[in-house]
Amino acid sequence: MKLKVNGEEESVEVSTLADYLATQELVGKRIAVEHNGEIVPKSAFTTTQLRDGDVLEIVHAIGGG
Amino acid sequence: MVTELKVGSYTLKSRLLVGTGKYKDLVETGEAIAASGADVVTMAVRRTNLGQHPNEPNLLDVISPDRYILLPNTAGCHTADDAVRTCRLARELLDGHNLVKLEVISKSRTLYPDVVETLAAARTLVAEGFEVMVYTSDDPLIAIELEQIGCVAVMPLGAPIGSGLGLQNPYNIREILDQLSVPVIVDAGVGTASDATVAMELGCDGVLMNTAIAEARDPVKMAHAMRLAIDSGRLAFEAGRMPRKRYADASSPETGLIE
Repeated sequence: MKLKVNGEEESVEVSTLADYLATQELVGKRIAVEHNGEIVPKSAFTTTQLRDGDVLEIVHAIGGG
Repeated sequence: MVTELKVGSYTLKSRLLVGTGKYKDLVETGEAIAASGADVVTMAVRRTNLGQHPNEPNLLDVISPDRYILLPNTAGCHTADDAVRTCRLARELLDGHNLVKLEVISKSRTLYPDVVETLAAARTLVAEGFEVMVYTSDDPLIAIELEQIGCVAVMPLGAPIGSGLGLQNPYNIREILDQLSVPVIVDAGVGTASDATVAMELGCDGVLMNTAIAEARDPVKMAHAMRLAIDSGRLAFEAGRMPRKRYADASSPETGLIE
């Protein structure tokens, strides 16, 4: 299926958000995820099913003023 | 010796609030922030670089949420909607921490706050339970409106972001201080230690700065200078300065002189 992650189209074969994060080595990292415009709590990563055309934003903290 | 500052549900020992942008690396960031003595430290929220350097050190490893009060900002957002989304992501990123720095900045070379979008975002965020510290212009009417919306601190600029020009309109800042009961924190524009002291002597509750420290030749030393400048300015404000006089007034007694 195709996902749009941080603005880029990606073809992946995963079923849950946790699966996708594992492919990116992001499990256990300090990140936050928005799925189709809605915040996904960390506790729901394993139960969030991804579907073709879904949009993800994955963010982390960086330096800023 | 300096009185503590209450911002929303937080009590700050230091009236210096610092940013974490523009440093050479995370080591320098950590050292400068420690030298500043700040309790509140700002950070930005950005897209994770996918598939690159999975073991890259994270800002939160250096600026620990256990040691500092993190203040995620909405820098880079040009609309109320984007600012609100960024705050929601930040709250999730920091495990429910609801203190945010709202800034909606215009797409102009002045980086001036877009107060129309800022007001809209502030209303939504306050309704969603965020404690909002808001970056704004030095317009007293907008500052009053932001307080009425429920922001926990109003943060007018001293001068444009990153300009280092010092307080350009102390009369407006003074007017905002007179009109508001929530903390007023000068955010942006400070260039060197004396600029920070001027803001504090004016009665500001605190100063938030980033570039003045990060772009100093020696950021760690400048962080220390700013810490002293903020404390000095605040103590002078609390002590109350002497009145200005037009003519000299001798310091030594003018009686009992030898003849």
